[in-house]
Amino acid sequence: MTDTTRPPASGWADEANRSNIGLKRRHARSRRLQGFGIGAIALAILMLGTLLWTMVSTGYSAFVQTHLSVEVTLSPEEIDAQSPGDANYRDIMQRAWLSSFDNVTEENEGDLLSMLSRGAELQLRNLVIDDPSLIGQTIQMEVPAADDLDQVEKGFVSRATPEEYRIVNDRQIEIFYELKQDGRVSTPFNTALFTEADSRFPELAGLKGALIGSFFALLVCFVLSFPIGIAAAIYLEEFAPKNRWTDLIEVNINNLAAVPSIVFGLLGLAVFIGFLGFPRSIPLVGGMVLALMTLPTIIISTRAALKAVPPSVREAALGVGASKLQTVLHHVLPLALPGIMTGTIIGMAQALGETAPLLLIGMNAFITAAPDSMMSPSTALPTQIYIWADSPERGFTARTSAAIMVLLGFMIIMNGIAIYLRKRLETRW
Amino acid sequence: MANFHTDALANSGNGTAHAKQEGAKSANTRGVAKIKAESVNVFYGENQAIKNVSVDIDERQVTAFIGPSGCGKSTFLRCINRMNDVIESCRIEGRILIDDNDIYAKGVDPVILRSHIGMVFQKPNPFPKSIYENVAYGPKIHGRTRNKSELDSVVEQSLRRAGLWDEVKDRLAQPGTGLSGGQQQRLCIARAIAVDPEVILMDEPCSALDPIATARVEELIDELRQNFTIVIVTHSMQQAARVSQKTAFFHLGHLVEEGPTDRIFTNPEDKRTQDYITGRFG
Repeated sequence: MTDTTRPPASGWADEANRSNIGLKRRHARSRRLQGFGIGAIALAILMLGTLLWTMVSTGYSAFVQTHLSVEVTLSPEEIDAQSPGDANYRDIMQRAWLSSFDNVTEENEGDLLSMLSRGAELQLRNLVIDDPSLIGQTIQMEVPAADDLDQVEKGFVSRATPEEYRIVNDRQIEIFYELKQDGRVSTPFNTALFTEADSRFPELAGLKGALIGSFFALLVCFVLSFPIGIAAAIYLEEFAPKNRWTDLIEVNINNLAAVPSIVFGLLGLAVFIGFLGFPRSIPLVGGMVLALMTLPTIIISTRAALKAVPPSVREAALGVGASKLQTVLHHVLPLALPGIMTGTIIGMAQALGETAPLLLIGMNAFITAAPDSMMSPSTALPTQIYIWADSPERGFTARTSAAIMVLLGFMIIMNGIAIYLRKRLETRW
Repeated sequence: MANFHTDALANSGNGTAHAKQEGAKSANTRGVAKIKAESVNVFYGENQAIKNVSVDIDERQVTAFIGPSGCGKSTFLRCINRMNDVIESCRIEGRILIDDNDIYAKGVDPVILRSHIGMVFQKPNPFPKSIYENVAYGPKIHGRTRNKSELDSVVEQSLRRAGLWDEVKDRLAQPGTGLSGGQQQRLCIARAIAVDPEVILMDEPCSALDPIATARVEELIDELRQNFTIVIVTHSMQQAARVSQKTAFFHLGHLVEEGPTDRIFTNPEDKRTQDYITGRFG
C-alpha cells in the first residue's frame, strides 16, 4: 500500500510490470510447445536423412557395372550367316576370353571362366543377330563381369577375409588387378538396370519387366478407378438424397479407404483369379486389385473437391436455368478438377508403391522376360524390390536399394505433377 | 403469355417479335398483377419460415421486400423461381401464379421456369469464365440463338442493357471475376437478362457494393423496369424508397403490410411497419 498504488493513467504498462500474474508461466508454456514442435520436426528430418543416406550409400554402386573387354573373332565357319542365332556363342565367347591369357591351364581355366558373366555370350549373340555383317570380323567387346568380380571392383570384398570364406579366390583377384593395369576393366553406367528384366545373375538383372508391369497395372488402375470414382463421387455429392442409406454408403467408403491392402489382394485372388479365371501374375489383375484399393481415395478426394466449390456458382448456374447436370458438368466439375487431379495422382502414387495385394495375386514370380501385354506375367516395381531383397547374392543388395530409389523417383515425379496441376489449374476468386 | 410447361418452350419465341409485342403492351399492362401468391407457407423441416403470405406483384414495376434479418423475405423471393427446390428439407404449401399459371403445379419444369425468371444474388457471382461466356451461357444452354453472330448480338445487347458494354467491350475474353464488385454485379444482371426473362428477382443486389456502384445498379433497376417485372429484397429502406413502386414489409414470416412505396414510408398502417421504418427495431 505504499508506491504500488499508482494512478491508473498507464494501466497496461502498470500491469506488464507486475510479475505475479502468471505471465512468465504463460510465455514459458508457449515456448515449451514451440520447442517440442521444432524437436519433432528435427527428429523427422533426421530419420528421413538416415533413410535416404542408407539407401543411397548402399544403392549407388548398382548404377555402375564392371565390364571387361574381350576381343572376339567371329569366324564364318562357326556362325552361319543364314541363321546366326544357332551358333554356339558360349563356346566362342569362352575361347575368346581364354585366348587373352598366356598361361591357361586345366587348373585355372575354371577361375578364368567364372570371371565372365553369363550375359557375355547373350550380348554377343544379340550383337551378331542385329548385325550379321560382323561375321568374319574381329571385334572388341565390353562384356559384364561376373557379380563376384563386380563386388571386388566396388570394394565390397576384402582380401583380409580368409580365402575359404570368399567366392572369389586370390588368383582371380590377382588376375583382375592385372587386367585392370592393362586397361581392360571399365565401369560404365549400368544400363542393364533399366533395359533388362529380372535374372538369376545380379549383373544381368534389371527393372524393365517391373517398370512395364507397373505401368500396365497403373494404367488399368487409372482407367477403372478414375471414371468410376468421379461418377460415384458426383452422384453421392450432388444428386443422392441425404438419408440413412447414403450415410451408410458414405461411412463404408470411408472405412474401405482404411482397409489393409492385403485384404483387397485376397478379394482379387478370390474373385478375379478364383472365380473369373484370369491367369495369375498378370498386370491386368494387378491393376484391377489396385483400382479397388484406389477407388475410395479418389471418391473421398473428389467429394471434398466438389464440396469446396462455393455454392454461389451452383446458384448462379441454376439461376439462369441450367439443369442440375449442366450445373455440375459446366461449372462445378471444372472448378473441382484441380482437387480431383491431386487426389487421383496421390492415389496412383499410393497404388504404385503397393506390394501386399500384388504378392497375393502372384506378381512376385521370378519372370525373366518383360511383359509384352497386360495379359503376360510380370512383376511390378515394389514386388521386384521384394524379390531382390530376398535374394542372397551381394549384388542384389545394392540393386534393391537402387530399385527403391527408382520407385521413390517415380513417386516424387508423380507428386510433383500433382503440385504443378494444382497450381496451374487453380481458379483464383 | 408465359407458360412454363416443357412443351411450351417454343412460345418464348424470337427476340424481335417479342420486343415489339412488349412495346405495344407496356402501356396497358403496367399495374396488372404478374405474380400472385396465394396463402404461401414454407417450412424448413419443422420450422415454418413463411406464414400464410398472399401478395400480388405488378407487371413492369419494382416491388421491394423489406424487413429485419430472418423475416423470410429472401425465402419468399426464392420460392418465385423455385430455387428452394434444391434445399431438401424445404416444403412449400399454397400457390404461386405467374400469368395465372401455378408454378408449383405438376409438370412444371423448374429449369424452364428459371429461364423465364432471372435471379441476381447478394454477392456478385459471375462464373469464373470470360465476360462473354458469362453472358452467353444462358442463351447457349437454352438454344436461343442459331449461330455465333446471333449470340454475339445477344451478348452485346444484354451488356448494353446492363450498362456495362462500354466498360467491357474491349475485354470480353477476360475473366468476369476480374471486374470490380459493381461491374461484376451488373455482369450478373446482364447474364440474367440475356435469356430474356419476364421477371427478375434480386436478392439484396447492392449489399456487397460501395455507394457509387450501388447508385449505378439502382439507376439500372429503374431502367430495367421498362421491360421487366422486378422484385428486390433489400435491407436498405432508402433503397426501397428510391427504386420501388410497391413495398412489402415482412416480419417473422408474416407479410405485415404491402402497398405503394410512398404510402408505406409516409403513412404505414401497422405499428410494426412504423417501428421498422423509423428504425426502432431491425
